[in-house]
Amino acid sequence: MDFLNALVALSNFVLIPAIAYGSQLALGALGVTLIYGILRFSNFAHGDTMAFGAMVTILVTWALQAAGISFGPLPTALLALPFGIIGAAALLLLTDKFVYQFYRRQKAAPVILVIVSMGVMFIMNGLVRFIIGPDDQRFADGARFLISARDFREMTGLAEGLAIRSSQVITVVTAVIVVAILFWFLNRTRTGKSMRAFSDNEDLALLSGINPDRVVMYTWLIVAALATVAGTLYGLDKSFKPFTYFQLLLPIFASAIVGGLGSPVGAIVGGFVIAFSEVTITYAWKKVLGYLMPESLEPDGLVQLLSTDYKFAVSFVILIIVLLFRPTGLFKGKAV
Amino acid sequence: MSETMRNTALFALVSGLIVLTAVMQSWNSALTILNMGLISAIMALGVNLQWGFAGLFNVGVMGFVALGGLATVLISMPPVEGAFAAGGVRILTALVLGAATIIAAVLVQSRLKGKAKALATIAILIAGFFIFRAVLDPGVAAVEAINPALQGNLGGLGLPVIIAWPVGGLLAAGVAWVIGKTALGLRSDYLAIATLGIAEIIIAVLKNEDWLARGVKNVVGLPRPVPREIDLQNDPGFVEQAAGFGVDPVTASTLFVKTQYGLLFALVLVILLLGAQLALKSPWGRMMRAIRDNEVAAEAMGKDVKARHLQIFILGSAICGIAGAMMTTLDGQLTPGSYQPLRFTFLIWVMVIVGGSGNNFGAVLGGFLIWFLWVQVEPVGLFLIETLTAGLAEDSALRLHLLDSAAHMRLLTMGLILLLVLRFSPRGLIPER
Repeated sequence: MDFLNALVALSNFVLIPAIAYGSQLALGALGVTLIYGILRFSNFAHGDTMAFGAMVTILVTWALQAAGISFGPLPTALLALPFGIIGAAALLLLTDKFVYQFYRRQKAAPVILVIVSMGVMFIMNGLVRFIIGPDDQRFADGARFLISARDFREMTGLAEGLAIRSSQVITVVTAVIVVAILFWFLNRTRTGKSMRAFSDNEDLALLSGINPDRVVMYTWLIVAALATVAGTLYGLDKSFKPFTYFQLLLPIFASAIVGGLGSPVGAIVGGFVIAFSEVTITYAWKKVLGYLMPESLEPDGLVQLLSTDYKFAVSFVILIIVLLFRPTGLFKGKAV
Repeated sequence: MSETMRNTALFALVSGLIVLTAVMQSWNSALTILNMGLISAIMALGVNLQWGFAGLFNVGVMGFVALGGLATVLISMPPVEGAFAAGGVRILTALVLGAATIIAAVLVQSRLKGKAKALATIAILIAGFFIFRAVLDPGVAAVEAINPALQGNLGGLGLPVIIAWPVGGLLAAGVAWVIGKTALGLRSDYLAIATLGIAEIIIAVLKNEDWLARGVKNVVGLPRPVPREIDLQNDPGFVEQAAGFGVDPVTASTLFVKTQYGLLFALVLVILLLGAQLALKSPWGRMMRAIRDNEVAAEAMGKDVKARHLQIFILGSAICGIAGAMMTTLDGQLTPGSYQPLRFTFLIWVMVIVGGSGNNFGAVLGGFLIWFLWVQVEPVGLFLIETLTAGLAEDSALRLHLLDSAAHMRLLTMGLILLLVLRFSPRGLIPER
């Protein structure tokens, strides 16, 4: 019984939150890694792109809610998601046309593009704060729990409850669907193949008649979709606050680099590696250990390795370890 | 127009802007802008050293600035009575043990091979972490229990606050050495991410380690290198002098204090600028730029690229640390919650790029100009929006929302300025020679 209780407590506080968070990071890291692979720079504006897409989604969600439209037990935000994607795509294509295109034609050094993306970050950040304000916004509706802790306890008779929030399930399901579509697109369609070819060897791709502008346009469209989905899911699961999206930049980059920049599979694996390490290291293990250990050995303290405020430190340390021992990441990314 | 003329004109323009503020708003706000402008110029000088001289992409300026602030507290605050006896020794021992663990792990890395290496490293790190926590935690609890409403930290050494400035630089230099050792020599993007991360971690430590500098409870009432306004107002001699100028004592005292700060800061800026200028013109500076322009060629000429990068990375970060200590001294308090990367890292980058990377005077000019804009964009934006929406009803939702959001105009403006300069004048206002 104690073992089952420990297992339930572990799932409730570590496994399920980490899987949901990992999915969000993976989606974000996929966007970063695609831009790196095809446009060849680290996009510092990605966190704010996520915030922008999520913001458009929230605005449309509010409009839908005001019009009395709902999605049954599911959050209305899912209905608004396509609008968010369109908004983010429009913004990204405009930025590309007015900002990035110039430097691409010039064949500017990657670090110049990173600085340019810093400027874009400022503007997007300002736009989001200008439109929706810097405060926390709530937009989640629909059923809150798939299983609440009390129902679970009554159902199983265990002392520990297992709460599965609907936002967590939606996050994982949506992430799986999005990733499946993305991989199908990259591996099976003509455009997807040309994108991979472009990423592998630009000159060769150009020689075989691939239109670079088309590849770039599709990249931005996909990145807009990924960023909006990631941003909205994160907002549903936690809450929407522009500044937290900027802070997500670090774990997202850590995920992409740990997996290997430029490698989509790596981005997903990296997302889960970072999420699981963050959650396990900042979780107070007292409860789980209390069930597992004999009474005499039960820990007195919280058995928390690091306080939750240091979660950035965790992704950072993993990043450093990978950089030192395997600079190309777990899945051989590219190194320029 | 010759180059010197042009540059003088640019500096005159910025001084003109500040004088204009004095005339239109008040001398008080002009001096406030000037003082922070001086500090910003020093930060920009530090970043310019790294980016302009050596092409190193450091986006962790905020962390080094915050370390300077920490130095101010550790040096100038009086020690908290009994704190050191209660837990100080334990905490220091723990820190030494922590450092020893890492050194041991690094040594194992270089001495052992294969599986033994990996196993020994992991064992040392895990054992070291638990010993560290076991020694540290009781000490922290003991220190934080001392008068928590007002203190609850170790306090400082009670030395004059000016000493904190170079110490802030040393502290930043130490951290820069650790980062440089690990992340330099990797790709430029990796250094960027690593510095971004370390800055966040430094802020997290400042916010959470209450025994160090009271965390988010803030340290207020730091000692000052200049007299307090209230003492001046109570000094009959000063009041008499102020009356002689026809200024009331309250205004006179604030102006006097701010001018003194300004003179101190200007002195530091001049010394650092002189140093940076001499360095740039020396063989060392030419070597740095040669490395920046072509690492392979420089390495083939026998230059130790990695060591030189580490050197300049430490120097630049130390300058940011000095500026951070000066800023905390000016504020008179350390508020870890107020460190925002957009304000303390990316804004400094805008200063360097706009001013002219690779040129020390450019960085200084950028520091003053961008700081001026950062402060003034908000009122100007508010004014613009008020004028533009004057036709709308007084309580129209759109008008109210726009007025509320005017504060965020500065981010938009800074981004726009950065992009425009990068596009149309990528070498900045005062280009590198």
